[in-house]
Amino acid sequence: MAKQGVQPDELTKPFWDAATNGKLVIQNCTACNRLQNPPLPRCGQCGSGDNLEWKEMSGRGTIYNYCVVYDCPIRSLQEGQPFNLAVIMLEEDPAIQMYSHLPGTPVDEVPIGGPVRVVFEPTANGQVVPEWEVAA
Amino acid sequence: MTTQMAPESMYRSTEGLGVWEHRGKVASVGIGHSPTARRWDGRPETSVGALSILAMRRAIEDAGISPDQVDGIVVVPVTTTGAHWDPDTPIPMDVVNAFNPSSDPLDGIGQLSAEWLIKNMPELTNVKFTMNAPGCMSAAIVVAAQAVGDGLTSNCLVLKGWHNLDGRYNHGGSSAAEVVPGSLALGPGRTIWGPPGCFGTALQFAEYCHRYGKNHDMMAPFMENSRRNGLMFPEGYWAQHRPEELTPEDYLAARWIAKPANLFDNDIPIMVAASYLFTTADRAKDLKQKPVYILGHASSRGSARSLTPTLEEVQAETGSTGRKIFEAAGITVDDLSFENMYDGFAEFHQFHIEGLGYRGMKFGDALDFYQTDISIEGPNPVLPSGGNIGSGRSRFWMHTDCMQQIQGRAGARTVTGVKPEIAVSGGPMPMGGNFTVWSATPD
Ligand SMILES: [Zn+2]
Repeated sequence: MAKQGVQPDELTKPFWDAATNGKLVIQNCTACNRLQNPPLPRCGQCGSGDNLEWKEMSGRGTIYNYCVVYDCPIRSLQEGQPFNLAVIMLEEDPAIQMYSHLPGTPVDEVPIGGPVRVVFEPTANGQVVPEWEVAA
Repeated sequence: MTTQMAPESMYRSTEGLGVWEHRGKVASVGIGHSPTARRWDGRPETSVGALSILAMRRAIEDAGISPDQVDGIVVVPVTTTGAHWDPDTPIPMDVVNAFNPSSDPLDGIGQLSAEWLIKNMPELTNVKFTMNAPGCMSAAIVVAAQAVGDGLTSNCLVLKGWHNLDGRYNHGGSSAAEVVPGSLALGPGRTIWGPPGCFGTALQFAEYCHRYGKNHDMMAPFMENSRRNGLMFPEGYWAQHRPEELTPEDYLAARWIAKPANLFDNDIPIMVAASYLFTTADRAKDLKQKPVYILGHASSRGSARSLTPTLEEVQAETGSTGRKIFEAAGITVDDLSFENMYDGFAEFHQFHIEGLGYRGMKFGDALDFYQTDISIEGPNPVLPSGGNIGSGRSRFWMHTDCMQQIQGRAGARTVTGVKPEIAVSGGPMPMGGNFTVWSATPD
């Protein structure tokens, strides 16, 4: 099940470049010492765009919870229905979430609270995107 | 006349503001509804503009005032149920020209403006105040109540209309694209992972069930009750077009959208408009209908830290919203005869009523509460309007129901296990919405 292709834009280019190099980076405000995802032009806490960096993550996290998607609005994902759609909490800050299809995990057999590790997979146009697999 | 969006200063969105300064000084005295339809059939007389004019005229007539006494309009310009006019589709000029057009040809078809409404309601000769409200009737009510209280208008029409077009909503545009921009791919809304519209709510519900040991089957009595109440709402979609009960078996057999949310946990998009007439409490005393006084209003402005609100974030916000509502109205939860909090998605109604502490409930109690008598005949009515689940996507059934119950004209839907004296309605989202407390008396 290939995700839609991605065209990096100005705001998110460092995220996609890092993914291409097998790294997960998340926006961080150095003034607030605060991570944020999704990426924004400014820090969600102090409002400044001057202190935002892209910080490399460990690539470890846990599963907050999940749904099984049976009726997805995105055309290219519909042939893969039903599929898992989980929310991952990052090890560095559990309040920071990422979506995951949990490749390799059978549908509706998701270990809530279980550990996951980042992997990288190509989307439809070849742009690599971070994904998550249940850690053994 | 240029119409501004209501300023944030008209909302009461923080705790500690005290009792609403206009408590009991503003009343609703007129209700007008259009008929419903599943989708627009393309005729001028069934357009969202025509439905809106009809609803406003009915509200004026219901109030028993003359149209030239209306001096204010609060309108929600956005009318989409999720269906947007395709820019590549020509705007039907026969429809545009069936009305007095405004500067925007989509007015009356895919949006509304006070300018267009006034041009097409020549009987409104004295409108001096117009204001836009975002999103839903819940916001327009709060803005109109504040405007009447502040003396900006004394006979104010409040309007929300909805259009629904052909096609499955949210399946076009970026959802059909082969490549999407990097920012869109990462969210928070539509992302390349494909969360359906109900995903956030379904995820919160999944976490709620996980934490409290509940399950989706426990929603069935609530769903059955909501449809039952909706079928006794003659203004509603299901009552008008598909008078079918929703049995627990039907509900639990429905296909999943994003498990644990199924088809019926999502409301059905429809065409409909409703309007209310608000006036001062002094003026209301002499009008045709029994006044429904507004004791207070409150708004929530929660935001998620990351992609989608967690259960913890939702509960913090709904708890705060409950405190704001009671503070504004100068009441306690025990004063509520019933509740009409929003339900479209069904799986967040429990967050709203747990935030209120309705009938003493705590976080995690609502699904057990649903297994008790929550009917209009019992002492603990849950959503007597039936909400969006009972009557289709309007986000205003619960307001109309509060007014009609308190006025004693809710018909077959009348609550009989409690005396309808004080009620709360509002929404939409647990993380963001606007809420109003209605009362049979001004004090
Ligand atoms: Zn900062």
